[in-house]
Amino acid sequence: MNKKWNLILQIFFVFLKIGPITFGGGYAMIPVIEREIVIKKRWIRPQDVADVLVIAQSVPGAIALNSATFIGYTIAGVQGAVAALIGVLLPTFLIVIGLSLLFLYLHGNPIVDAALQGMSAAIVALIIFAAYKIGRTAVFDKTTFITAFATAAVLFFLNLNPVLVICLGIATGIIQIKVKELLGMTVLLEKNEAGQVQKEPVGKSVNQ
Amino acid sequence: MLWDLFCTFLRIGFVSFGGGYAMIPIIDFEVTRHGWMTTKEFTEIIAVAGMSPGPIATNSAIIVGYKTAGMNGAVISALGMTLPTLFIILLVSSVFFRYHQTKLVKSAFYGLRPIITGLIIYAAIRFALSNHVIGSFSWHTLGLLSICGLSLLALIKYRIHPIAVILVSGLAGVVLWG
Repeated sequence: MNKKWNLILQIFFVFLKIGPITFGGGYAMIPVIEREIVIKKRWIRPQDVADVLVIAQSVPGAIALNSATFIGYTIAGVQGAVAALIGVLLPTFLIVIGLSLLFLYLHGNPIVDAALQGMSAAIVALIIFAAYKIGRTAVFDKTTFITAFATAAVLFFLNLNPVLVICLGIATGIIQIKVKELLGMTVLLEKNEAGQVQKEPVGKSVNQ
Repeated sequence: MLWDLFCTFLRIGFVSFGGGYAMIPIIDFEVTRHGWMTTKEFTEIIAVAGMSPGPIATNSAIIVGYKTAGMNGAVISALGMTLPTLFIILLVSSVFFRYHQTKLVKSAFYGLRPIITGLIIYAAIRFALSNHVIGSFSWHTLGLLSICGLSLLALIKYRIHPIAVILVSGLAGVVLWG
């Protein structure tokens, strides 16, 4: 029993160390995970890293938290998952609170307010950039093109709840594919299947 | 209030497909609907969240929680956002590890991805409007629009790191209006 808790404690500390490195998103974590968990600790095999990525990308939630939880679970079950999750989250939690305290304290200072205005323009750019990045893989035929722009238009005029819109999205995809099949159309489920080669490896193109 | 924060972020956590900035419109919808803050105030939160390490969406949730209900609010919001992660990962890795290969899941993503794209396009317009990046002509709007345009160029063409873009834009703000 003691040995198990020792392992869980180790998982917690390794992820505590990895947490602050996840600057700019979960993909930054992957090389660090490979070094700490695959090479140093030998907790998982090198070929398992691909599985970690697939799982982390295809379920909801942040990549960093998903990978940590999944690795923790693989090594030591539910307790391992919880230890990894808390470990990876704790440092960033404290840093975020510290930074927002600093900004609260400096609020009203003309220089800080000017900086925040410049940053807010950059945030708009970052949101457009996110749409561009997702759009490149998501929009590849007429149906997906119309779906994307119809969604933006409907949201703009109706102020629907986005959670509802996402649930509708899941249903829409399944119905669209079924209808296409019934009409006897060729169905391409993903951009890759259309024969278009993705230009860059995942880890390089996505840094969110 | 705490219960409200918890439920809101729990709900968001379950549908946060896409990660990163894709979740911003969802959090924005909820915080403005509950009257916790305006989109403009929320933009400042994203700026702070984007400068910190860790996931943007979780960071934003933590700050929203902190500003609305102090330290307890921050902890509750982080918990709300991460419990779905724990639950889903445990389910996926124990029950249907290879579920992503099935055709049904692929069909779901076929509809889901463009809808998330649309969601983010909508968010971009909304944030541009409430931060006066788009608006009637003034030197101030022009300055914001230039910063936005140059940031986009830096991100897409020169692949500059998002944090560098945020920091340089802050500096530009100080130079222009400080």
